[in-house]
Amino acid sequence: MTALAALIRRDIRIALRVGGGALIGVLFFLTVVVLMPFAVGPDLALLSRLGPAILWLGALLASLLTLDRLFMADHEDGSLDLIAMSRTPLELACAAKALAHWLAAGLPLIIATPVLGLLLNLDMVATGAVALTLLAGTPALTFTGMIGAALAVTLHRGGLLMAVLVLPLSIPVLIFGVAASQAAIVGPMSFGAPFSILCALSLVSLVVGPFAAAASLKHGLD
Amino acid sequence: MRLCGSGLTCVRGGREVFTGLDFDAAAGEAIAVVGRNGSGKTSLLRLIAGLLIPAGGTIALAGGDAELTLPEQCHYLGHRDALKPALSVAENLSFWADFLGGERFDAAESLAAVGLDHASDLPAAFLSAGQRRRLSLARLLTVHRPVWLLDEPTTALDVAGQDMFGGLMRDHLARGGLIIAATHAPLGIESRELRIGGTA
Repeated sequence: MTALAALIRRDIRIALRVGGGALIGVLFFLTVVVLMPFAVGPDLALLSRLGPAILWLGALLASLLTLDRLFMADHEDGSLDLIAMSRTPLELACAAKALAHWLAAGLPLIIATPVLGLLLNLDMVATGAVALTLLAGTPALTFTGMIGAALAVTLHRGGLLMAVLVLPLSIPVLIFGVAASQAAIVGPMSFGAPFSILCALSLVSLVVGPFAAAASLKHGLD
Repeated sequence: MRLCGSGLTCVRGGREVFTGLDFDAAAGEAIAVVGRNGSGKTSLLRLIAGLLIPAGGTIALAGGDAELTLPEQCHYLGHRDALKPALSVAENLSFWADFLGGERFDAAESLAAVGLDHASDLPAAFLSAGQRRRLSLARLLTVHRPVWLLDEPTTALDVAGQDMFGGLMRDHLARGGLIIAATHAPLGIESRELRIGGTA
């Protein structure tokens, strides 16, 4: 347990320091969302209708932005070798790293959502709904994205490959995330059904992600 | 405690690096793995560390902790030093001490032993190559592992540093440890030579 806590603490610390990825994600999220009203035009009704989708897309891209470095940095400096050799199972270490990434890069996006909701003409209820769906859905993005990050290490290719691998996996999360937000704002569907599926997607990826990532890393260590 | 490898074959990228390699090391003994560049010295260390899977042969540690696998009882000091530039010297060391677990020694004392106690608050980004190596050595001292796998351990160390490291290795052997080091330069301690792939 100390080992996992130490790993989470270290990763969060690195992410928050100079050169870490935590702030980059939030800034990117901010930029994407701020640009949207300029692209869509001054139609407030249209903006608030598109709002949840824009916030979800922004959060999706922002959380993928720093994810490809999740294992790559540790691989390049040799830390991954020591992590694989340690007494902590690699699956748990992977889960700890993804959790740290979500805390440092995912959680700030959710905290920033209410501010960005203002820019998209979303009222309190709508903003709350989007923030809640992001809270339930972004762990799924991180934990499925982790599989792509591990494959990027195995294949010695980062960046674009990772996005191509991971974006298709995140489509269900996006669909149910936006559906749940829309249901809360305009109806007529109930909020519960898509939101439950969103939670289920997160829970499944919490379980599957670490195992898939660890399996991929074990093959890619040489 | 005895570390034995028999009939080891290593294949990298479809090419046979070495084949039918036997070695055997007892507690308190240092093995210097020598051979020309590309002969598979690093591959051998990574096989022992469990980071590569042997294409043939077996490696076994007799008399170690039966609860733990061989890699879990090894320290691996590779070319890459596993240090995070954003973290300070003390933070880097204490992370590995917490993460690797097992029997621990005082981190501050380890830093003093490798001559880095004055720099403990400095971010690792500002360390020189020799200082980074010293910090990696401090990891070996802070966390106890009976088997040390060292890949070119004296690279970047100055003369005083090599003497200091020689002393650390002698202490480790005296406590019943075991060292396998891939090296071109003399190790600075009494060691048995294991030659891979013909003469250099």
